[in-house]
Amino acid sequence: MNLLDVRGLTVEFRGDEGHQNVVRDVSFTVPESKCVALVGESGSGKTVISRAVMGILPTKAKITAGQILFRDNRPNGEIIDIAKQDPAGSSMRAIRGEQIAMIFQEPMVSLSPLHTIGDQISEAARLHRDVGSKEAFELTKDMLRLVHFPEPERAIRAYPFELSGGLRQRALIAMALICRPSLLIADEPTTALDVTIQAEILKLIKEVQAELNMTLLMITHDFGVVTNMADEVVVVYNGEIMEKGSVEDLFLHPQHPYLKALLNAVPSLSMDPEDRLVPIRPIKPRTHPIDLPTHSNGKTQAFRGTPLIELEGVCKSFAFKNQRGRKKRGMTAALDNVALTVRRVECLGLVGESGSGKTTASLAMLRAFPLTRGKITYTTKDGPRDIRDFSEAELFQYRKRAQIIFQDPFSSLNPRRTLNEILQEPLIIHSMGDSVSQAARIRELIDLVGLSPRYLRRYPHSFSGGQRQRIGIARALALYPEFLICDEPTSALDVSVQAQILNLLKDLKDELGLTYVFVSHNLAVVDYISDRVAVMCKGKVVEVGPTRQVIDNPLHPYTRALLKAVPEPSLEHKLDFNALEGAGSSDPAQWPSPFRIQYSIIPFLIEMETDHWVCAPGMEAMRDAESWGGGHI
Amino acid sequence: MLDYMVRRLLVMIPTLFAISFLIFFIIELPEGDYISNQISMLRSTGESASIGRLEFLRKEFALDRPFVERYGIWIGAWPGPNGFDGLLQGNWGWSFEYDQPVGEVVGPTIPLTIALNLATIVFIYCVAFPIGIYSATHQYSVGDYTFTLIGYLGLATPNFLLALVLMYLANSWFGLSVGGIMQEQYIGKSMSGGKALSVLAHLVVPVIVIGTAGTAAMIRRLRANLLDELYKQYVTTARSKGMRESKLLIKYPLRVALNPFIADIGNLIPSLVSGSVIVSVVLNLPTVGPVLLGALQSQDQFLAGFILLFVSILTLIGMWVSDILLGYLDPRIRLGKEGGRQ
Repeated sequence: MNLLDVRGLTVEFRGDEGHQNVVRDVSFTVPESKCVALVGESGSGKTVISRAVMGILPTKAKITAGQILFRDNRPNGEIIDIAKQDPAGSSMRAIRGEQIAMIFQEPMVSLSPLHTIGDQISEAARLHRDVGSKEAFELTKDMLRLVHFPEPERAIRAYPFELSGGLRQRALIAMALICRPSLLIADEPTTALDVTIQAEILKLIKEVQAELNMTLLMITHDFGVVTNMADEVVVVYNGEIMEKGSVEDLFLHPQHPYLKALLNAVPSLSMDPEDRLVPIRPIKPRTHPIDLPTHSNGKTQAFRGTPLIELEGVCKSFAFKNQRGRKKRGMTAALDNVALTVRRVECLGLVGESGSGKTTASLAMLRAFPLTRGKITYTTKDGPRDIRDFSEAELFQYRKRAQIIFQDPFSSLNPRRTLNEILQEPLIIHSMGDSVSQAARIRELIDLVGLSPRYLRRYPHSFSGGQRQRIGIARALALYPEFLICDEPTSALDVSVQAQILNLLKDLKDELGLTYVFVSHNLAVVDYISDRVAVMCKGKVVEVGPTRQVIDNPLHPYTRALLKAVPEPSLEHKLDFNALEGAGSSDPAQWPSPFRIQYSIIPFLIEMETDHWVCAPGMEAMRDAESWGGGHI
Repeated sequence: MLDYMVRRLLVMIPTLFAISFLIFFIIELPEGDYISNQISMLRSTGESASIGRLEFLRKEFALDRPFVERYGIWIGAWPGPNGFDGLLQGNWGWSFEYDQPVGEVVGPTIPLTIALNLATIVFIYCVAFPIGIYSATHQYSVGDYTFTLIGYLGLATPNFLLALVLMYLANSWFGLSVGGIMQEQYIGKSMSGGKALSVLAHLVVPVIVIGTAGTAAMIRRLRANLLDELYKQYVTTARSKGMRESKLLIKYPLRVALNPFIADIGNLIPSLVSGSVIVSVVLNLPTVGPVLLGALQSQDQFLAGFILLFVSILTLIGMWVSDILLGYLDPRIRLGKEGGRQ
């Protein structure tokens, strides 16, 4: 039986540029106790559909046609057309929060900063159940226990900013579930979270769904989440439904070209190394060969694989300061004896969860801040140099050699500069050529990333996310660098655009003989682009090796936990929720021996297989190493 | 919390000293002092009989000492001609102009000044609050535009002009003589119901006049703050719980938008006092403002210095109160953590 039946739903947005139908004639059903996933790119209208069901559309939006039939689960069991209800009226308010509840994407901003968790969660109970504040708090504690909140008694008085992202998401789930709704709408519930936490939250949602016999409407762009959670899938593109059906049907026999294209654009750990992603909107970078003074001439080819940048025992600690900024609360080691080698013309992937120090490590290579301890050697043609010893002038030259592509293409471009000015600026700073040759270089760069010279006078706001990231790449390439740091360059982009950017970076690397350090939390992306990968956790490098080797045969418990938590967009490799290792997997003191790193132990790497290094400080103490490491030591 | 309050209070002490030094420094910037001006005036008119007395006064008030010493004597941290006898000892100084101790000159004006300021602040908050909320929740509606227009008019009109207009209107329509603080028959009489009513009636116009600009600014700020908060995710979260819109508005976005309001309490006071000087002159109000103006004109330095210091103390107290309120209302400040991501 269907709990929710959406028929011919059309939603119109009334903006300054006139009226626009962002959702057109959408029909789908949500059967009771099942999980239906609404899948699509950003701007496809999937969130608008979910908000329409919830009756919380923004004021600009209006339902112009269609029905949203919701079967009321209360004894009288009538069917209500939500589309006809006044969103702020009492009958809709009675459904919202009690019958239909919602979990939002951003746990960081979805809770009021000024009210305690307990207050905000119990509020829903006080609104819909005839309970006093005392009973409401009891209910809240029960809910917090249900979502496995550590110390529910204390959490009730905690403020959101005292909790981590994962805990906030748990609090939001508790809030949504407190009235035991029959339909739970989850709008990208795990997108903002780290993979291991994502897996735990998905597991939790599955658990409570079974326990409360709930129906789930899940909005996501992540096919990995879809295959692991959904029974049925609805694919939305540009406000219309492209395809719907059971998850098996859709994944094994996709019919619609859009869905096929989307599936081909997603990198996955089970891909062949030779496979290439097929972007939905392929770009044509560089139509004609240009004689660029690249680094891919014979000379650097000969150096391929020799060390370019070496980090030795690099430490960086940041001091927490208390309110008055005087007394130190403590130090946190952002980098703890990091040893890494970036080889010429390779792509080294740096993987880790947020706070693992991967971005700090990459910025250290640019000498973005002074190190607490350690040494970073950069090999020029005149031999190795420690970048800490660079004089101002040398550092200025080094800036030309090493460039960075930033994570967020929206905030990393100056909104008041045209594309031309953005690309010209590095050339002016480093006084490269006169204005004529600079203009020529800008055109080359534009070509290189597959943009049109017609765009040169436009401002960043008129470009899409993918185009902006291409501008960011062009800017980074302007000075003929040999070394690029890509700091999560695709994490702010849609999967379809992600494929485009990844392919572009791959091609540029081969063509220009570049060396990359590719920072990402997404293992599949790193797997696709990197030759070698370094896994980081809590400021320590725990495992380094050739990408395939690390992924197929992870030796470190953290790497294993990380790989186990990645939801794969395929039906054969579903997440094993029971095998998740929980929060302990990212605590170095809880790793099993010989990997355990307790206070005062300096982490160091041991070569367990050819070129495959693992951080195992207890290894020396273990005599019978063969029995463990497979005889490679 | 208590720790926080005391800490904030202790911070005020060095601030106060810094302010007093600055005040003294600036007042002393113009050449000469009240007495040397008098002396030169007497010299120019040829009357030199009382010069001797003035010279004596100069000595008596240590005006012939070096600058730093004079400052020290003024605040009572340096022995003057009569030993330690300055602000710290409770001696507020001597007004040359009035030939009276400063306390006696300023004293009678202080209750009215404080009453007027408090009334104005209450007026600003009472008017700005509902209008600001209305404007934000009904953005771009007719009401919003009307209030915006009135607000801009309020900001743009000079206070004294408004004072004159209102004075005329109140007189011709309600037969109120707005000037002064009470009707003449009550002056010098003891407090009575009629006198209190008269004072209140006379307060209305000055409060409106002094308050308009502040109200207009406050409306704009509350509107902008609230608009920032209204469309935040946590508001949607609350809405998805099925809360009533009015309740939701007060509990969540308004609460967050309040912070700048509270932080403003301290800032309002100096602007009200300095803004009300001309209005007080026009409306003939016996507040501290006109006294300050006179003192500055005639370089009556101890009087001017004391009034400025008094206003500074009011400001500091206002800031302290807003700090405490903020700490009480905002857990992010109270618990000293960065909630900055919000």
